[in-house]
Amino acid sequence: MSWKSPENILYTKTDEWILIDEQTATIGITDYAQDQLSDIVYVELPTIGDNFKAKDIFATVESVKAAADVNMPVDGLITEVNNSIEDEPELINSDPYEQAWFVKIDISNQEQTKNLMNATEYIEYCKSRSS
Amino acid sequence: MSYIPHTDADRKTMLEACNTKSIADLFSMIPEQHRFPDLDLPSPLSELEILQELQELSESNANTTHYPCFLGAGAYYHFIPSLINHMLLRGENLTAYTPYQPEISQGTLQTMFEFQSMISALTGMEVANSSHYDGATSTAEAIIMAVNHFRGKRTKIIVSPTVHPQYRQVINTYTKGMGLTVLGEENLQADTDDLITQLDDNTAIFIIQSPNFLGTVEDIEGIKNAVHDMGALLCVITNPISLGLFKPPGEYGADIVVGEGQPLGIPMSYGGPYLGFFATRQKYVRKMSGRLVGETVDKRGKRGYVLTLTPREQHIRRDKASSNICTNQGLMVTAATIYLSTMGKNGLKHLAELCYHKAHYAANKINELPGYSVINNQPFFNEFTVSCEKPVTELNKSLFDNYGLIGGYNLENDYPHLENHMLLAFTEMLSVDDIDSLVEALGAI
Amino acid sequence: MKNSEPTIYDISSPGRKGVNLPIPDVPIEDIPDDLLRKDLNLPELTQLDVIRHFQQLSQLNHSIDSGFYPLGSCTMKYNPRINEDAARMPGFLHSHPLQDINTIQGNLALMYELQELLKEIGGFKGVTLQPAAGAHGELTGIMMMRDYHLSRGDTARNKILIPDSAHGTNPASTTMSGLEVIEIPSDSRGNVDLDILKSKCGDDVVGLMITNPNTLGLFEEQIKEVVKIIHDCGGLIYGDGANMNALTGILRPGDIGFDVMHYNLHKTFSTPHGGGGPGSGPVGVSEKLVDFLPAPIITIIEEGDEDNPPLFGFTTPKHTIGRIKAFNGQFGVLVRAYTYIRIHGSSGLRSNSEHAVLNANYLRSKIEKTYNLPYKRACLHEFVVEGCWQEAPNIHALDISKRLMDFGFHPPTNYFPLIVREALMIEPTETESKETLDKFADVLLQIADEAKTDPQVLIEAPHNTPNARLDEVQAARQLVLCCRPAYLPEPEPMQT
Repeated sequence: MSWKSPENILYTKTDEWILIDEQTATIGITDYAQDQLSDIVYVELPTIGDNFKAKDIFATVESVKAAADVNMPVDGLITEVNNSIEDEPELINSDPYEQAWFVKIDISNQEQTKNLMNATEYIEYCKSRSS
Repeated sequence: MSYIPHTDADRKTMLEACNTKSIADLFSMIPEQHRFPDLDLPSPLSELEILQELQELSESNANTTHYPCFLGAGAYYHFIPSLINHMLLRGENLTAYTPYQPEISQGTLQTMFEFQSMISALTGMEVANSSHYDGATSTAEAIIMAVNHFRGKRTKIIVSPTVHPQYRQVINTYTKGMGLTVLGEENLQADTDDLITQLDDNTAIFIIQSPNFLGTVEDIEGIKNAVHDMGALLCVITNPISLGLFKPPGEYGADIVVGEGQPLGIPMSYGGPYLGFFATRQKYVRKMSGRLVGETVDKRGKRGYVLTLTPREQHIRRDKASSNICTNQGLMVTAATIYLSTMGKNGLKHLAELCYHKAHYAANKINELPGYSVINNQPFFNEFTVSCEKPVTELNKSLFDNYGLIGGYNLENDYPHLENHMLLAFTEMLSVDDIDSLVEALGAI
Repeated sequence: MKNSEPTIYDISSPGRKGVNLPIPDVPIEDIPDDLLRKDLNLPELTQLDVIRHFQQLSQLNHSIDSGFYPLGSCTMKYNPRINEDAARMPGFLHSHPLQDINTIQGNLALMYELQELLKEIGGFKGVTLQPAAGAHGELTGIMMMRDYHLSRGDTARNKILIPDSAHGTNPASTTMSGLEVIEIPSDSRGNVDLDILKSKCGDDVVGLMITNPNTLGLFEEQIKEVVKIIHDCGGLIYGDGANMNALTGILRPGDIGFDVMHYNLHKTFSTPHGGGGPGSGPVGVSEKLVDFLPAPIITIIEEGDEDNPPLFGFTTPKHTIGRIKAFNGQFGVLVRAYTYIRIHGSSGLRSNSEHAVLNANYLRSKIEKTYNLPYKRACLHEFVVEGCWQEAPNIHALDISKRLMDFGFHPPTNYFPLIVREALMIEPTETESKETLDKFADVLLQIADEAKTDPQVLIEAPHNTPNARLDEVQAARQLVLCCRPAYLPEPEPMQT
């Protein structure tokens, strides 16, 4: 099995990705995560202005067989949500890193980005779980 | 009596295949000192003997086919068209289980889908699930849904004191560990205006019953605005037969409509099994617990039905599920679906009218009796409250012993301010003669 | 749209009638206009239309009456028809739940006796008949355990330990009671891992919820040790009685220290499953919890004598958790279960469990060389195998299940318990004959063969059922939950 995992972003152990642009960031779930869930039929997103700590559940995704919580990689304030994935949750399966981002945030704690994995580390981590 | 097919020869072959000498050896892992306890149970009976014994027990009850029944209070004696029982007894309905495998469960699934459709139509709501255990647990599930809708951020629940007392008890039991504040029982005489003053932006849900426990049809228009102004959800508990005639709660702004489905073709059977119906707005569907059937197609393009939105449920979400419910009231849903199909739009309306007219005839007569007065000063459906001069237990004893009538519900245990008040219910099963005998008896006691 | 059964709305025709009600024999009373509904969208049909429709629908179901139903953990045994006649006796069927107790002694006597029978069968000191289903019984039991500790001022306890093989209802019931779930892994023999169990025990533990035999059909070999560990830390033991069909007359859970257990009357005691309900989940408790039972329970108010039977009535336990359901439980289900227990007596119940266990072990012995058994030891009333082979990489438990339908069998429970990959959980029950088990085993072996030689026949299965595989993704994405409103487009066929 191989999963896409772009080099320019960071990853969590709970299969979220985060693209950091100075004080702000974009967050979604990884190719590995969408593959494990299979056809995603529903996503529930937070509202703009919600504040979360790292590891807090900020969204939920459901396939017909499973439901998964989506966790914050770092502390942050929600500044934008991607409503298009609510209408077309299948985008999360087809394009998890571009069209199917979940939220944009203002990062509250830059230090926490040091705890995240890079693409190489994340690929290894995925392989270790699927063997 | 036994239903086991094994012959001695079968047992012998089967034990050999298992490499075991005796059946008892199959249980060698059970702690020996407790293995094969000597159960002190009555001796086994043949089918004939147990039927005779049950016949005797059953006949020692006073049943409503012999005693005109004026008792309602959440369960009602209605006519049930014969075909329903015949259809329920079909083995394909009776002995199927949860439709986990849709290819061989389309009968159950389509029946549940049609039930959802008819409950939506009846309540005026967009979606309905395929039932909870009963009206009381449906109401408790409405609270859980509202709390989930607000993601636990709103913690106040307002329950009108004229909600069925047993429903309120179930609500109190269910919510005890949930960190909620349930208001409404501090003052059992509170009216809706008093309740509205309790609303605030921490209120998740406002629950009202209409017709309420004392029989009155509530004026919900005003309440609706107050509830929605605070962003809270409005839950209306209702009697489904009343909806044959009355405006459905969906039309006056309810967010959740629940109630007891027993009047829809289900025998009273001393309190169960019944079904709790549950309907809501499409936008809340993913927060609704309970089994839900959706339409889809199969590989060949043929229409079919499946259980849907199951990731909300306990077998996937486990400790994060919105509720622990994992069944519905299956066969009772089938009964109600066949009932509503048979009654149809005109039958249900006619039935509701019969109940309405009989209750109003009785109310007018009882109001003329010295010492009795009907206290409902708003419209009512098939049930109303009478203030009496004597204790209700005394009246009911005399009604039963001297007139062969099952009297009304004694309200004073649940509502101390309603000492000597009786709740009377009327359905199509009571003839004008039955009602006249009640009036005559009340006048004479 | 291909020839599927039309919906009840499709066959409705304005003006048809299914019922003739009497004309009012009382004066007509004005009904205020503002109360009236404008329209009621219910179908209009004759009785024959209704019967044909639901008759057609019923033919699309598999049921116990139509064939073998080895659905693990559901105990799909024969449902004796005498139960139906018993529950429909007019004195039971037409009694109102709020009638004065003096007019309803038959019902109360039956309920009292059933409480006593269940106490004896489970080895408990008290029983409530109120819970409406197994999961409802769990909720009741967990609430009692919680309140027991609270009433003793032991307020720090908020955790329930649950093995990873448990039914999903166990953790869900725990959360609903406001408590926290701690999952305990299973060891290599399918038992609770004792070391981990010990490490999680402390003065924050409300108790353990355990299914025995567990969902693998295996008896917890160290059950007495497990009970001791939990009791030593001040916790209580909750037994999930889903698998009690393995143990009636064999072992009383109360005797080995279980404090609470729910019975599934619709499993162990043969009441019909009805397409998903009604169930009934009475709960038995040890001495410690008798005062916490839901209110009311049935008791003797006045002892009888030679000439008079006792007077039965209601009582409220001192520290009751309250009421868990309106009225008197699923009374009609209680009548059925009572009938069944009285027919069997002690010897009959024991014989049921013995033959349920014999059937499961026999079936296991016939297929275990072909279907991998992850925990290799004797089972009780059910067992779990893996529905997958290295030689058939594209075949899943689901494919085996769907293929079984072509032979007229209901598939086993799939994908549960979660700790076995591609799980197939098989529970034959005692009322199936050796011939049926042989036929089922032969078909399972044939399917295993097909999986390796002709996998497509499994992947495309079922072939002979009313519907082929259904598109669950579409159902969830384009929610249609009631008869199709006209504005929605016809759904597209599923891509294969």
